[in-house]
Amino acid sequence: MHPVTTVHYLALSAALLLIGTVGVLTRRSIVIILMSIELILNAVNINLVAFSRQAHAVHGQIFAIFVIVDAVAEAAVGLGILIALFRNKETVLADEIDLLKW
Amino acid sequence: MLIDTIFFYVFALLTLGGGLLTITRRNAVHSALSLIVSLLGVAGLYLMQQAEFLFAVQIVLYVGGIMVLFLFVIMLVNLDLSAKERQFNGQWMVALVAVAAVGAEISWFLYRGQGAFQLADTAGAPSAAAFAVTTTGNTEILADVLFQEYLLPFEIASILLLVAVVGAVVMAKKRI
Repeated sequence: MHPVTTVHYLALSAALLLIGTVGVLTRRSIVIILMSIELILNAVNINLVAFSRQAHAVHGQIFAIFVIVDAVAEAAVGLGILIALFRNKETVLADEIDLLKW
Repeated sequence: MLIDTIFFYVFALLTLGGGLLTITRRNAVHSALSLIVSLLGVAGLYLMQQAEFLFAVQIVLYVGGIMVLFLFVIMLVNLDLSAKERQFNGQWMVALVAVAAVGAEISWFLYRGQGAFQLADTAGAPSAAAFAVTTTGNTEILADVLFQEYLLPFEIASILLLVAVVGAVVMAKKRI
């Protein structure tokens, strides 16, 4: 078996990023879309940590911490918006919120 | 080395399998549970790359914090109706084609650039914050760098969290 290199981690992270993108683009439920965004942010983190190990420096891990902070803020605000939306429109499907479409 | 490789593929399988289940399940609770599996796989990958602090943060913050938040909201809004409806929107075909194009691009880049990633390994002396020192732990080195070099971004991140907390309360409250 080949030893695991940085390229393996990059390939894994690319695959996870693509899965998350498919989720964001194709699903109708806003809850699932938010979960897919978490998948994308985790793919970024895998990348950062892999390069951090490759370069023998912890700066990549510091950036991963900031990405996690962003993910937390995004999830909190996003779910707050979702609750406000559900109270007003009684729907959680992204394509039924089309006030700006004509 | 062999055991490392096996663990990598196990965690990769957890991560990708959990991710795929997350975006395909009809029931939102099932999606959330699959996402937890995926996040645990990512935590295992952190552990394999000697990022022990991030491993703990991933478990405590993601699996313990964000996912509980998600499950709360799933219980709060009524998803039974939307579970019976169509799950994918009209442009799913276009989305898949676009994502496949991006995927081909990234894999071509990775395939062609494979050799370039090995250079940094032998590129002379590691930086001042090298974690090759075995006497100090990962958390200690992280804290040193975070509170010295990245102090200003750290404080800005705390302001961001404050804004997010206030924003979430304002959004979710019925009348302010």
